[in-house]
Amino acid sequence: MNVVDRRQNPKGKSLSNRQRFLERARSEVKGAVQEALRKRKVADVEHGEKIAIPTRGIIEPVFHHSRRTGRTDHVVPGNKEYVRGDEIPRPQGGGDGGGRDGSPDGSGDDAFEFTLTKEEFLDMFFEDLELPDLVKKSLKDTTAVDLQRAGYTVTGSPSNLSVPRTMRQSMARRISLKRPKLGELQALREELEKAKARGAEEEVERLTLLLERSERRSKIIPYIDPLDVRYRRFERVPKPNTEAVMFCLMDVSGSMTEAMKDLAKRFFMLLHVFLIRRYRHVDVVFIRHTSTAEEVDEETFFYSRETGGTVVSTALEKMMEIARARYSTDRWNIYGAQASDGDNYGADSSRCVSLLGGEVLPLCQYFAYVEVGDGTGGSLTGLSRDSDLWRAYSEVAPAHPHFAMRRVGDPAQIFSVFHELFSKGGVRA
Amino acid sequence: MPDTGAAIKPKIKRAASAGAPLFTGPNWDFGGLRKVHDAIERIAVDELGLDTYPLQIEVITSEQMLDAYASAGLPLMYGHWSFGKHFAYHETLYRRGLAGLAYEIVINSNPVICYIMEENSMTMQTLVIAHAGFGHNHFFKNNYFYRQWTDADGIMDYLSFARDYVAKCEEKYGYEAVETILDAGHALKDHGVNRYAHRSRPNLAEERRRASDRAAYEEAAFNDLWRTVPTPEKDEDEAEDDDKRQGMKRKLGLPEENLLYFIEKRAPRLEDWQRELIRIVRHVSQYFYPQRQTQVMNEGCATFCHYEIMNRLHDRGFITEGAMLEFLHSHSSVVFQPGFDDPRYGGLNPYALGFSMMSDIKRICTNPTDEDREWFADIAGNQDPYGVLRHAWANYRDESFILQYMSPEIIRRFRLFHINDDSSKPSLRVEAIHDDLGYRRIRSALSRQYDLSRREPDIQVVDVDLTGDRCLVLAHYVHDGVLLEEKSCRSVLRHTAVLWGYAVKLLEIEAATDKVLKTYEAGDAK
Repeated sequence: MNVVDRRQNPKGKSLSNRQRFLERARSEVKGAVQEALRKRKVADVEHGEKIAIPTRGIIEPVFHHSRRTGRTDHVVPGNKEYVRGDEIPRPQGGGDGGGRDGSPDGSGDDAFEFTLTKEEFLDMFFEDLELPDLVKKSLKDTTAVDLQRAGYTVTGSPSNLSVPRTMRQSMARRISLKRPKLGELQALREELEKAKARGAEEEVERLTLLLERSERRSKIIPYIDPLDVRYRRFERVPKPNTEAVMFCLMDVSGSMTEAMKDLAKRFFMLLHVFLIRRYRHVDVVFIRHTSTAEEVDEETFFYSRETGGTVVSTALEKMMEIARARYSTDRWNIYGAQASDGDNYGADSSRCVSLLGGEVLPLCQYFAYVEVGDGTGGSLTGLSRDSDLWRAYSEVAPAHPHFAMRRVGDPAQIFSVFHELFSKGGVRA
Repeated sequence: MPDTGAAIKPKIKRAASAGAPLFTGPNWDFGGLRKVHDAIERIAVDELGLDTYPLQIEVITSEQMLDAYASAGLPLMYGHWSFGKHFAYHETLYRRGLAGLAYEIVINSNPVICYIMEENSMTMQTLVIAHAGFGHNHFFKNNYFYRQWTDADGIMDYLSFARDYVAKCEEKYGYEAVETILDAGHALKDHGVNRYAHRSRPNLAEERRRASDRAAYEEAAFNDLWRTVPTPEKDEDEAEDDDKRQGMKRKLGLPEENLLYFIEKRAPRLEDWQRELIRIVRHVSQYFYPQRQTQVMNEGCATFCHYEIMNRLHDRGFITEGAMLEFLHSHSSVVFQPGFDDPRYGGLNPYALGFSMMSDIKRICTNPTDEDREWFADIAGNQDPYGVLRHAWANYRDESFILQYMSPEIIRRFRLFHINDDSSKPSLRVEAIHDDLGYRRIRSALSRQYDLSRREPDIQVVDVDLTGDRCLVLAHYVHDGVLLEEKSCRSVLRHTAVLWGYAVKLLEIEAATDKVLKTYEAGDAK
């Protein structure tokens, strides 16, 4: 008998098959993911999800007998009361003796349930979303360049010296010009010594001549010649710049109820998950504001509480300030997302409009404004009247195609709004 | 001092029955596995007379067990999405705690590979070694079905070839092209097995010898009178046509019930690599064919063996009382048979049925009643239960085993009853119960229930017009009016048409009258 410990063997041998399965059921799985998202909290967005998809498309058909035709016999255990000749009413659905269990290859129309991992789930959800125009702008006015290897050159700085290539050149030259090898010279010398010891005059003379000639030859033909030296060559190629920064602006003032803050946070959390998953080099700047604005870290942004008045323009100013200081437009694509309940200090709205239209939007690649409602309405129409900010922003919107505004009334809409805002090819307000 | 007496007694008994326990506590280690295996081997070989392949025990994690589940329990398998689907399904059940994993998986190969999970306790590992390592192992090596149909020595090599070949095809012809063929192959895999061994093809010398023998016989048996016997007149053309057709059919080996074989050999439009893929599906299916026919016997044999072995280990003091209780708990849940009206009911439990029947054979051999003497005159009271069982394990499959060995005792214990379901009538009818009139009827009905050729539709290739429109004609021979399920039938036919490359027709023919009841057609691929 052998005992083999296979625990160290790679697990997940079924992973590729699982992927194939998901690929095959893609459209069904996507639908199920959307459905599942409607029901779940954003805080759970980082977890996997059990989903059920219709078996259509992933069915594995085989020939089998119909249960509803002909005469069949069954032998069944557990008789308690029946005697020969009894009539039993036909049980509904399935057969009596068949013994149906929910086997995965069952032929019924029941849903097929399984669990997606976190990665699979988010991949499915974010599949056709992207930051709009991420690359385009940078290509337009690119300044960044990248060095790319492009063969060898005979001139260059010593730091770019390619030793292998140089040695290869040198060796080729030495072989073709028949430079005597070190070992050959050594052998000649030894032979000469021996000849001398033997006292064979003629031999000594011949060898001395030979040795002299060889030594001269190895002096004339250098081991490494300047001709051999090669340097690595680099070319400067313009690099499409995909560095991006996302400004998240949130109103945390007193007018925002807890439910609204929750909605806004959910939106940003989703945005955050989306960004860190999709883009390796996306910076995220969190700005929250009451009557003053401040830049905070992720933790504070999502979880700490704050109350106070509302001056929206402070947040926009803060954003401009940070953008000017740290994110020059020639290197960075700038995106903005703002969430607010729409309330603003009366005189501030016009300032917001001029800030947004005059400074922020020309700078930004894309700017999304999400207005959160109190959630009582349950639908978009639930927001009874246009808020100050909404009205103000509506003036700006028509002139700027890369500005989008949406309203969210209750958590169930978060995902669809998010999808609309960031779907490929983008829906614009 | 009654206390002392009570304390000494078990000690003496222990000493007499040889031995300290092989293990205490739930943790297992490799040394322990070996010790347990050796103890089991002595019992299995010397006392039960089991004859097994060498055993290879492989310890795996639960994740690896899930992987193994997904590929039909085989350690190597080609890639296909359906395995991923099974994996996703089992994983969900397992992660949600709805279903435990099997304690072991055993592969019919030489050496027999037995996977055991690291989570098992030492008692469970002992049980698993006895169950799979000796019970299943003996059955694999000795049952005539396995000996005839599976090649235990070559299966691993073949599977690794299959995996590599499929991967290579995917690389060369694209993943979708391969998937199409495999999907179609899988749809027909139950109809891709040889049920009977083919007659070996005679070689040329043999053929010549037989031809000359035939000529000699005809010469010897010549009688001119036959020429004068009137034969019914036949239209010349029709006869010739008919002859041609028959000849063509004979040449193609029709009728042929191995659909995949026929398609692999005769499909007009398949490329070589596609034929090879079909062949792989066919071979894997054939490998599982014996297992599908010997479920009750296979599980019964393994369960019976582990029960005997564990009891003997316990009698000899090799395992502790605690371990024995743990074993009994697990054993009784394995052989639990809920009644038909129980929500847990899912058909007859093959473990329960097999184990009970085999235990019953042992009882009949050692301690028969008058009834047993009447029913099983040849084995009742012969005092050689293991000999009888070894014979049964070697020479029967589920259907014949039940027909031969099911005793009235078992029918009574399971309270089996036989119902007839006639779809033309509004209710089911109880045909037999566990009484004198019913025993034989129940026994033969149950045996038929395990007969694979009755459980699966009888479908054959009956005709193909290779010179005409190349339409492939399949026939389903309908017994007792049971037709095919329509939806799945249509989709399988679509798959078949993909392989065949031309139209495929399926006729449902009543076997008794040759009447065509229903016709399906699946379109031309091009």
